[in-house]
Amino acid sequence: MLDFNSAKRSLFSYVLAGLAIVLMTFNLLLIFIVAPTDAVLGDIQRIFYIHVPIAVMSFLAFFVVCIGSIMYLIRRTSYWDRLAHSAAEVGVVFVTITLLTGVVWARPVWGVWWTWEPRLTTTLILWLIYVAYLMVRSYAPNRSQGSLYAAAIGIVGFVDVPIVYYSVQWWRSIHPAAVVGPLAESGSLEPIMRNILLVSLVAFVLVFVWLLQQKMAIQKASDLLISISHISDRTRV
Amino acid sequence: MLTMTNNFHVFAAILSKDILLDFRGRDIIFSVPIFGILLILLFNFALDVTPDMVDDLAPGILWVSFAFSGVLTMNRSFVREKEQGGLEGLLISPISRDIIFFGKAASNFLFMILVEFVLLLALAVMLGFLVTSWVLVLTIVLTTIGFATLGTLFSAIAVETRSREVMLPVLFFPLIIPILIGAVEVTSEVIGGTSGAVARWLPLIGIFDALFLIICPWLFSAIIQE
Repeated sequence: MLDFNSAKRSLFSYVLAGLAIVLMTFNLLLIFIVAPTDAVLGDIQRIFYIHVPIAVMSFLAFFVVCIGSIMYLIRRTSYWDRLAHSAAEVGVVFVTITLLTGVVWARPVWGVWWTWEPRLTTTLILWLIYVAYLMVRSYAPNRSQGSLYAAAIGIVGFVDVPIVYYSVQWWRSIHPAAVVGPLAESGSLEPIMRNILLVSLVAFVLVFVWLLQQKMAIQKASDLLISISHISDRTRV
Repeated sequence: MLTMTNNFHVFAAILSKDILLDFRGRDIIFSVPIFGILLILLFNFALDVTPDMVDDLAPGILWVSFAFSGVLTMNRSFVREKEQGGLEGLLISPISRDIIFFGKAASNFLFMILVEFVLLLALAVMLGFLVTSWVLVLTIVLTTIGFATLGTLFSAIAVETRSREVMLPVLFFPLIIPILIGAVEVTSEVIGGTSGAVARWLPLIGIFDALFLIICPWLFSAIIQE
């Protein structure tokens, strides 16, 4: 039963990883060779093909955290907890990359590393919420309590995000933005740029699902290992 | 009907127990307002507040000191229950956990209102920030409801974790940013700043309160364990 499960899972993950590698290689070729150099921004604009899909994936990750948390509180099965925990970890990594690529892009384009623009501010707050989520898990007195507390934060955090976004946007509309870049409001996108962005999005969906699946498998193995070590402790005594 | 009155009695009992503990304990009832006054003093030196700057700076000083004192208030809420095993007693007794949540949230709310009253007096004396406005009172009440609701849930979580003193602000501050912004904006308008802020932000604070008044008791009941 166990062997069958893990064998099936590894076949699935190999296929997923293979697809992700092939599509990501293709995607990188598109981004760096096929995509036209932006007339205004130059090569720095290419970061956009990585930055946007990763940002979208991190939102998806936190949506998965919220679903997993709700289902965990209703069903109380370890599967949903693993899903929420793994999605949160992948999500935090993706949000960190989003922030870093954004900062790298903003410096040459806007002339500053950071500005309190609504989307940036919301992303930073999102990062803080889910870092706290992971902190609660590791600071909890035991695993089951950590799972329950994290579930509460996963739900409350996700519900709060739209309110944070609107509030920051309203706040900004009162205090006019200090920096207005050529792409501050992204207008129409060239068809080829949009198509490459879509390919990139699909590639990152595959990477995200693969990472999530890997993280969940590791989590399951670690749960199993802990329960085995408990059994062996008991038999030794 | 019987259960309704029963629930109310339980709620009142939890609330009055907490109020009694606050007043008999003396420590927290003095230390939190003094901490708040200290914050105002620090802001005064850090920002070098002159009389003509009060209108610009007072809303921020007001709400940041409310939020920081609020975290201190909330931290004490479950620490006390934890120390003597009071929470176990509450959880074992045949009461709905929603009622426990609302009792604790109400005591946090009242205590915060008391602290905020002292801080408003301190601001009036120390910075000359004196406003009499029902809109401001309404904003303070609504925002404090939001603070207390979310803070009660998070303090129940933070008290169980290692480094609990740090955990509560780390959880609490990112999530209350919307109502903190709203409260600062409304306060600015009340003392003569940008117009239109009240109509926009008060509903947002109200929505925030309603949302978390529904979600937080459910989550509290779901996650709290003996």
